[in-house]
Amino acid sequence: MSKLHVSTTVNGDSVEFLCDPRETLLDCLRDKLNLTGAKEGCGTGDCGACSVTVDGRLVCSCLMLGVEADGKDIATVEGMADGEELHPLQQKFIEYAALQCGICTPGVLVAAKALLEKNPNPTEEEARYWLAGNLCRCTGYDKIIRAVMDTAADMREAS
Amino acid sequence: MDYHSPASFTEASALAAATTGVTRFLAGGTDVLVQLRSEMVTPDLLIDIKKIDGVSDITRTGDGGWTLGVAVTGAEMSEHGELGREWPGIVEAMDLIGSTQIQGRATLTGNLCNGSPAADSVPAMIAAGVTVTVTGPDAERIVPVEDIPTGPGKTSLARGEVISAVNIPPRGQNGGDAYLRFIPRTEMDIAVVGCGVSLRLDGDNVTEARVSLGAVAPTVLLVEDCASAIIGTALDDAALDALAAAASAACNPIDDKRGTIAFRTEVAGVLARRAAKIAYARAKGEQA
Repeated sequence: MSKLHVSTTVNGDSVEFLCDPRETLLDCLRDKLNLTGAKEGCGTGDCGACSVTVDGRLVCSCLMLGVEADGKDIATVEGMADGEELHPLQQKFIEYAALQCGICTPGVLVAAKALLEKNPNPTEEEARYWLAGNLCRCTGYDKIIRAVMDTAADMREAS
Repeated sequence: MDYHSPASFTEASALAAATTGVTRFLAGGTDVLVQLRSEMVTPDLLIDIKKIDGVSDITRTGDGGWTLGVAVTGAEMSEHGELGREWPGIVEAMDLIGSTQIQGRATLTGNLCNGSPAADSVPAMIAAGVTVTVTGPDAERIVPVEDIPTGPGKTSLARGEVISAVNIPPRGQNGGDAYLRFIPRTEMDIAVVGCGVSLRLDGDNVTEARVSLGAVAPTVLLVEDCASAIIGTALDDAALDALAAAASAACNPIDDKRGTIAFRTEVAGVLARRAAKIAYARAKGEQA
């Protein structure tokens, strides 16, 4: 099987890679581009640990082939911080201790960022529904939701 | 596995017709990739239809209906506004499927072609009288949604045939639709029973109706007896009782961990009754 050439943009940088058509975008991010922020939890689109955005749309990178990324604009958790400066959500997750083992955290952060870009003033119910595709087996979600709601409030004040 | 991303449905159809191996068309991929990764289905040929012009468009047709490209996602349908105001049942049924992440990829056509009797969008499409355009090696044909699934995981599409558009009829005046499903929790589960209803009123009386049930038989059902139970009535209690009885009578479900035969049969009647009331209120222009 010959490999396919893919040109895409990841976190603002143009990148190219060769991939087998069976490899998922998650495989390509982790194994070819060394972007290991997105995690494989279930591999079937249930857990959200592999969440990234594609042309601004939140998706599971395990449910998309690497070849489908050609010409797209991908954003991962690695692109959230500005150098040493953490994204407000990242800062707030630390402040609230909204993580324990941390496996789900990159996916939750990417999903929460996508929520606040679409809806800067979500209700708690809206935030919980939006993040329902990001499973966390440690926190019980309460700290995650409080961190997201507080970040949303801060970001609204700042803007 | 060979991967192709043709530029037209004719080309996609020709690729599929020319192979003897296992072929899958790739739209949102939320089922195809799961099957691929779990080695349930390993296609020899994977045909990505998302590079074809217009597959992500939601277009108003000349007669006041809609044409949806086969790669239009659930999220795009929910964000559209006008589509959901005319056909809230279809849009809400699609929106019930999976998480935010799944909504960013999943499509009506994929939900239909996956062939699950529990597919949420399918009863809503059948109730609404939706058809699909099928492009084959020799010709195009228009097929009602209810004629596509033939059994769990199976469709009536022949080798080389690919669905190239979803055609939603004009809503017209005094019409309303609704879809309800039962699941044991609030979100993200597979329907134990699903029910779609679309109807039209003249004054208080139902003049047209279509009722579809999901997850109670090997395929999603279009139940004529449910429609005749409410046509000509003002959806009074007697009509609702007859509707519920017809829905339960149409059930031929399985017993599984998600629901027993008795439970599914009972719930089909309950959901038909509730969905019909919502569709009726919508047809009257009331919020529901």
